[in-house]
Amino acid sequence: MKRYSFTCYHQPIEEGLALLGGPLPDHDTQWPEWEVFIQERRGGSHINVGAVHAPDGEMALILAKETFTRRQPCVNLWIVNTQDIHSTRYEDEAIFQSTFDRSYRNTTGFKLEKPVQATEVS
Amino acid sequence: MTASETAALKTMLFALADDEFIIGHRMSEWTGLGPIIEEDIAFSSMAQDEMGHALGLYSLLHQMGEDEPDTLAFLRPADAFRNSICVELSRGDYAFSLMRQLLYDGAEAERFEALTQSSFPDLANLAAKIVQEERYHWIHNTMLVQRLAKGTEESRIRMQSALSELFPYSLGLFEPFGGNDLLVAANIAPDENTLRQRWLNRMCPLLISYGLAVPAHQKGDNWTGDVEAVFGGRNGRHTEHLMNILDAIQLLRKADPKAAW
Repeated sequence: MKRYSFTCYHQPIEEGLALLGGPLPDHDTQWPEWEVFIQERRGGSHINVGAVHAPDGEMALILAKETFTRRQPCVNLWIVNTQDIHSTRYEDEAIFQSTFDRSYRNTTGFKLEKPVQATEVS
Repeated sequence: MTASETAALKTMLFALADDEFIIGHRMSEWTGLGPIIEEDIAFSSMAQDEMGHALGLYSLLHQMGEDEPDTLAFLRPADAFRNSICVELSRGDYAFSLMRQLLYDGAEAERFEALTQSSFPDLANLAAKIVQEERYHWIHNTMLVQRLAKGTEESRIRMQSALSELFPYSLGLFEPFGGNDLLVAANIAPDENTLRQRWLNRMCPLLISYGLAVPAHQKGDNWTGDVEAVFGGRNGRHTEHLMNILDAIQLLRKADPKAAW
């Protein structure tokens, strides 16, 4: 068992690692990324507002609470591992564009000539 | 409330307000230096919460005839402060600050939970608000301490060192103060020994479940600390750490006490 000398003054990480005899094999501080979705009111959609780094989903919820909900209303949080998201590529952006005229798909294509009048039925 | 009850209540409020004010400042020393940005934000936000609690408690003292909150915080000498020594110690490494937060917030949760039943309505109302904010602090601290205590060899050693160092100081959060018996008799505030017992019963099994060694033993349902508590703060006897923090906090205000902000 290695002895660890402790002072309650700030101890830099290098000093702590030196006491342990150098970095450990699992010394990795890069945590996975989690997408954060906030719901502003019950029944509403969860909207993606950004991402946090956290060791797991539970911890991500706790960190996202302070990072994203301090200045806006929130009743519920969702966390999704960024790795679990399937996404299109920006290179394929063209698939969303309409090359030919398909304005008939837009409701604006329908012109309301005259408001429908209620007719008396006798 | 009799005059001696009022005096005892003020003694207690100064202790609690100073605890919140000093630990809030110690936490804020991590702003911009946290281990990762998300934790930096969370910890800084909790520092603001503790400052808010301090303001609430100082305001209550002000209603009872004491000076304005700013005057109480920025113009009193170190020996007038009644905070426990636990909260004034320098921030240490992150393990030290985080472990102190867990131990302190556990004490705060027990204390303010009990104070929601205070016969002094203003204090009961304030306690209810504080308890609400402490819920998040408790979840945050327990989750992170658990993960670090069970993490790598380095993180485990750091958490254990912090706990061993802090345990005697955290027992000092329940340092007896004059008039506590009067407050108990009038249902204004709980008994410090009862609080310490509840806190030990809350913290010891939890820390042990994280694989940490706690200097305490169990007898029946109750846990008892095996180390002596560090007292002094509630009687105005402090360490160099408090002088150091007050120098930093009070410098500007003392330079021009009449300046408007």
